[in-house]
Amino acid sequence: MKVHEYQAKELMAARGIAVPNGQVAMTVDEAVAAVRPLIEQSGNPVVVVKSQIHAGGRGKGRFREHPDVGGVSVVTDGIEGGPEAAEERVRELADAMLGSTLVTVQTGPEGKTVNRLYIEQGISIERELYVSVVLDRATSHNVVMASAEGGTEIEVVAEETPEKILRTEIDPAFGLLDFQAADLAAGLGLSGDAARNGVRFLQALTQAAVDLDSDLVEINPLVVTTDGGVMALDGKMSFDPNALFRHPNIAALQDVTEEDAAELEASAAGLSFIKLDGEIGCMVNGAGLAMATMDIIKYVGGDPANFLDVGGGADAEQIATAFTIITKDPNVKGIFVNIFGGIMRCDTIATGIVSAVTEVGLEVPLVVRLEGTNVELGKQILDESELAVVSASDMKDGAEKILELAK
Amino acid sequence: MSVLVGKHTRVLIQGLGRTGSFHTDKAIAFGTGMVGAVHPSKAGTTARFNGATDHSGVPGRADTYDVELPIFRSVGEAVSATGANASVVYVPPPFAADAIMEAATAGVPLVVCITEGIPVADMVVVKRFLEGRQTRLVGPNCPGVITPAECKIGIMPGYIHQPGRIGVVSRSGTLTYEAVHQLTQAGLGQTTAIGIGGDPVNGTNFVDCLDLFNDDPATDGVIMIGEIGGTAEEDAAEWISAHMTKPVAGFIAGTTAPPGKRMGHAGAIISGGKGTAAAKIAALTGVGVTMAQTPTDMGSAMVQALGASHS
Repeated sequence: MKVHEYQAKELMAARGIAVPNGQVAMTVDEAVAAVRPLIEQSGNPVVVVKSQIHAGGRGKGRFREHPDVGGVSVVTDGIEGGPEAAEERVRELADAMLGSTLVTVQTGPEGKTVNRLYIEQGISIERELYVSVVLDRATSHNVVMASAEGGTEIEVVAEETPEKILRTEIDPAFGLLDFQAADLAAGLGLSGDAARNGVRFLQALTQAAVDLDSDLVEINPLVVTTDGGVMALDGKMSFDPNALFRHPNIAALQDVTEEDAAELEASAAGLSFIKLDGEIGCMVNGAGLAMATMDIIKYVGGDPANFLDVGGGADAEQIATAFTIITKDPNVKGIFVNIFGGIMRCDTIATGIVSAVTEVGLEVPLVVRLEGTNVELGKQILDESELAVVSASDMKDGAEKILELAK
Repeated sequence: MSVLVGKHTRVLIQGLGRTGSFHTDKAIAFGTGMVGAVHPSKAGTTARFNGATDHSGVPGRADTYDVELPIFRSVGEAVSATGANASVVYVPPPFAADAIMEAATAGVPLVVCITEGIPVADMVVVKRFLEGRQTRLVGPNCPGVITPAECKIGIMPGYIHQPGRIGVVSRSGTLTYEAVHQLTQAGLGQTTAIGIGGDPVNGTNFVDCLDLFNDDPATDGVIMIGEIGGTAEEDAAEWISAHMTKPVAGFIAGTTAPPGKRMGHAGAIISGGKGTAAAKIAALTGVGVTMAQTPTDMGSAMVQALGASHS
């Protein structure tokens, strides 16, 4: 589960990780009101207005409605004009940004609506670094990755100059040891106060990643300030959804406006659904089989409209919900149900399909492939329903049939 | 012959709730040697399972079963009393990691964890805990392990299996059933089918299973089913190239999955160009694995791989 930058920074600050002072704003007035206290606290007349969306590349992103405004704007008007000038400029920016569509390399061409801004104090930056904490699946340990090449696309650094990325494995029994943190700080070229602050930052950050069940923490840039401070100028955190049960405060941070409505509805019903761009709706049991079903649709020349795993123990009601979610997508020109019933019984699936179709109607062709437990009973239920269901003998046959019918 | 489980396996159930009870019943009907359960709130009582076996009418096999399993407070007590040499974990996600570590501490040599949705951080700790111990963990988030006609530990439908000569190892549950079904239809059958699970941190990996099948005289070939995310398939390719003496067929799910999206299995996510289906297919093809183009062709890919190895 992703959270906004300002939420990540609040979580970090609560754990002693240095971040700039800032204030979230949902309205123009809130944005303006944040300016003066920040300037007074920090003594720095510069403030930064940052769009809060769940996508990267905000700095270089532009608003569709206001192509001259970037997703992150540094307001320097306060240097000469004082707090009033800064407030005036923040008002203009907030007015343009809130409710507008920010398009970045990560949002896709459709962009994302900005509903929240983060107003942050300006920082006197000496150097920009990079640090992240992520699971290394090969060793089943978390690793800290750090680089002196901050502020840029880290993927490019990793690709072109992998030697510039430092990597330290964390033993889950001991955490990031003092000497490991010191080695990282030295490797980043930190010395004096900055080295001491860097060690403290890295140890607090890695411990936070473990304690909060974060599956990704990425600080880019991590900045060294002119007075030797080390702080997170940007902060990205995401969390293991399976661990949210023990972090109700983090679960409460979810911004539903950032999530796809259908995906939320599916998740509430205990289904795993991801919307895609194609025209063949899929309903499958099991994640691997669901991915393989998308693959085979593509293989025979079609495009899947979704990934949908109803899981191993879905009941007829969940099947009906799944069916309703698929049929809501206007792009869907045909539906392929592919079930290998193990624990899931084919008659349960069939009953769910019949009740869903009876309830919401069916305007597109439906191909069903059933295999496994109670398959004959399942087929019988579909036959007796007199619904226009086409049976398939295996996955490939089903994919070919639905593609033909959806033309 | 087979790997991991067989007639000798004496299985303990950890977590005898609704799901655990349901599958315990199915396992006994299959003929698995279930010996007891661990469920602290029901300790000291017993659980009774009875019904028709999966083998009614098969000469030499019982038509019905009536089994009363003792329930224990802890794994240690259960092992002392029953001599269990395997356990299956159905404990809910918040408590599953602890259950695995308890079984390992009691010296259970094989722990199969079915539970889906265990926090990754918990599994990182479990993995570290198991270092240097004799316990092998299969899973979590997997269908389990089955040796046809001998032992079924997990949630897979028993009746699609058939004793035979092919080892199956897979990250995906239902795709395992798909492969098993095709092998049964092709008359090849299975020695043992192992679901290693779809989570990013799991106990037993592809290489462990390939190694076991390579050493099993009854196994003539192996089907391995992978999916996007991680580098387990690439590691397997490297191992196959250096050590595997038997033909291998394979399939990778997730060719069309968009990057950055979590496809049900926590493991199935492509990030930063790593772990793509194309990279995995290339690595496996490069070491002589016969790749099925579609999941419908897994059985025929195995037949083809067996044929090629004889010519």
